[in-house]
Amino acid sequence: MTVSAGLDLGSTTLKLVLMEEGQILRRELERSVSHPHDTARRLLTLVPSGCRILATGYGRDLMEVEHQIPTITEIKAHAVGARFLAPDCSAVIDIGGQDVKAIRLDGTGRVSKFEMNERCAAGTGMFLEVMARRLGYPLDAFKNAALEGSDHLTINALCTVFAESEVVGLLNRGQAREDIARALHRSIAKRITAMCGRLGLGPADRGLVTGGGAHNGCLVAFLQSLLGCPLEPSDSSQFAGAIGCALITASAGNRLASA
Amino acid sequence: MSNDYRPMWKDLGLNLENHDALMGVLGKVYADLFLSQMNRPAKTAYLDFVMSEVHGLRIQELVEGRKKGRKVIGTYCTFVPEELVLAVDGVMVGLCAGADFATEEVEKLLPRNLCALIKSTFGFKLGGVCPYLESADMVVGENTCDGKKKAWEVLGGLVDNLYVMDLPQMKNAGAKGLLRSEYLRFKAELDKLTGKTITVESLAKAIDTVNAKRQAIYRLSALRAADPAPISGLDSLLINQIFFYEDPVRFTAQIHELCDELEARVKSHVGVKDKGTARILVSGCPMAVPNWKIPALVEGANAIIVGEESCVGERGTRNLVSREGTTVEALVDNLVDRYLQIDCAIYTPNQDRLAHIQEMVKTYQADGVILYGLQFCTPYLVEAMGIEGVLEKAGIPAIRIETDYSQEDVGQLKTRIQAFIERISE
Repeated sequence: MTVSAGLDLGSTTLKLVLMEEGQILRRELERSVSHPHDTARRLLTLVPSGCRILATGYGRDLMEVEHQIPTITEIKAHAVGARFLAPDCSAVIDIGGQDVKAIRLDGTGRVSKFEMNERCAAGTGMFLEVMARRLGYPLDAFKNAALEGSDHLTINALCTVFAESEVVGLLNRGQAREDIARALHRSIAKRITAMCGRLGLGPADRGLVTGGGAHNGCLVAFLQSLLGCPLEPSDSSQFAGAIGCALITASAGNRLASA
Repeated sequence: MSNDYRPMWKDLGLNLENHDALMGVLGKVYADLFLSQMNRPAKTAYLDFVMSEVHGLRIQELVEGRKKGRKVIGTYCTFVPEELVLAVDGVMVGLCAGADFATEEVEKLLPRNLCALIKSTFGFKLGGVCPYLESADMVVGENTCDGKKKAWEVLGGLVDNLYVMDLPQMKNAGAKGLLRSEYLRFKAELDKLTGKTITVESLAKAIDTVNAKRQAIYRLSALRAADPAPISGLDSLLINQIFFYEDPVRFTAQIHELCDELEARVKSHVGVKDKGTARILVSGCPMAVPNWKIPALVEGANAIIVGEESCVGERGTRNLVSREGTTVEALVDNLVDRYLQIDCAIYTPNQDRLAHIQEMVKTYQADGVILYGLQFCTPYLVEAMGIEGVLEKAGIPAIRIETDYSQEDVGQLKTRIQAFIERISE
């Protein structure tokens, strides 16, 4: 059995990737909603029997307990997945549903240092979802509006809850929705950039954005300009964690087979 | 613990309802963390016994002792010399607390944004749940960090006999002079409290007793350098915690017996985890009982803690007191010499601490260092920034962790710690 599976159980979406001989065979993505375990079980039925599998993400412990699936942290998974998608990358910025991580990789692609958001969801997908809702946009339209907006507004609050109040205030003062959307994107880009700064990431790096945030063109553009390094996301950026898992378990299997 | 202790607790003025709640939680946590460990040395049964009787038998001993004139001195810092307390036939108990309790009550007296260790200490007082505190004939505060300095001003209104010891901030000639005069002032206060006078004989004997306790710890620490380590970090931390309130002579004997078993384990290459498991040194703020948060997370993952660079640990136990001298003053000078070497972050500068961390990494063959700071602990959090950089540059992986006693950030911490372990395991 040369197929391996990687499962990334995020807080907002669940991802499954099947790989063989370093090629992606299949990618599946489902929203977690209120029954993540049911969703996970459904995804597991897509995994061929006898296949090696490794899980990561917010919900990985459940996989270990219920299905005896071994787990690794998202940091290791995203590091390996990112190097697969961008073989020379030295920085990975994972913008997920409820957390944000910045990972510095050394020359061989190993994790050398990482930062995560601490007790706060500011700078994560959650922040954007709340704000989009407040402004009356579906998520896709929200990021497109931000691309259209002009730059004269600033959001001061870091906290999602207080920032939402600030947004209401701006709307009441007649500010345009797209301008507010843009300010919100710049705000979280600054926060994420500060996190990257603590790792010493900057213009000399080659970065990859992973996680759901990779599909937000406005956010990626702001990050690129603030950090000064290329951050071109891949089509498979959101699957970086699952890809990393599939690759790691495949290579462990190869080591076992040749032992 | 049997119900026989309830009258004793009531006599001490404990709030029995609160105390029951605390004991219930403590019992469950202890079972979940300690009793579930694999391949524990048999002699850890001593630790289980001490913990099962933590508010029972030991308190009874203190109560009986007080009836015979043995005063109980409660302290909050490794700078307070146990030797002086033992020399007046007293008993020293460490009162630092490691669990949140009665937080709402505490926040009526102290700001919310304050060290968890200090707030917990107040919580145990306001909640009426600590028989050690209620048994203390004297409670010794010390001028170390800002939080503690100001907290004593409030604690003074809550306990009967608070005594505050001043400590220097630098380690120079002036510091020696200050510590010496503070130790002599403390000695005079102890003489007054107990009606006994410290003599050369009683102080020399006390020095021997505490030195012996430390030597038992040195033996334990040396055995943890083996790979696989014969005992867990969780159990080792607990040993370092009960160091502060167990009877010193009994403690010494029991730990030596444990070390005999550990020696045999090391000879047969028996450990609590597989050989080659990631080895971690924890360094920073002290972890007071029952604060087991970090070891639980580290050893719940694929790693083992092989040393503690902490006051509850090697920083506090390192160095013996010299017995040279024929006068009380000479022996007190020896105390000053020994205690002034403790490299707590309240001192500036504090370069020895960095050297000790690097030395401990080598001695215990650590693969990485966790720099542990309690939230709001300026001295240790500031030091951690510089130390992290120096360690990483020297090729020693390090991670800074800033947390409190709550369960709020456990999910996050677990991921960060596991990722650090993955990194040092490659």
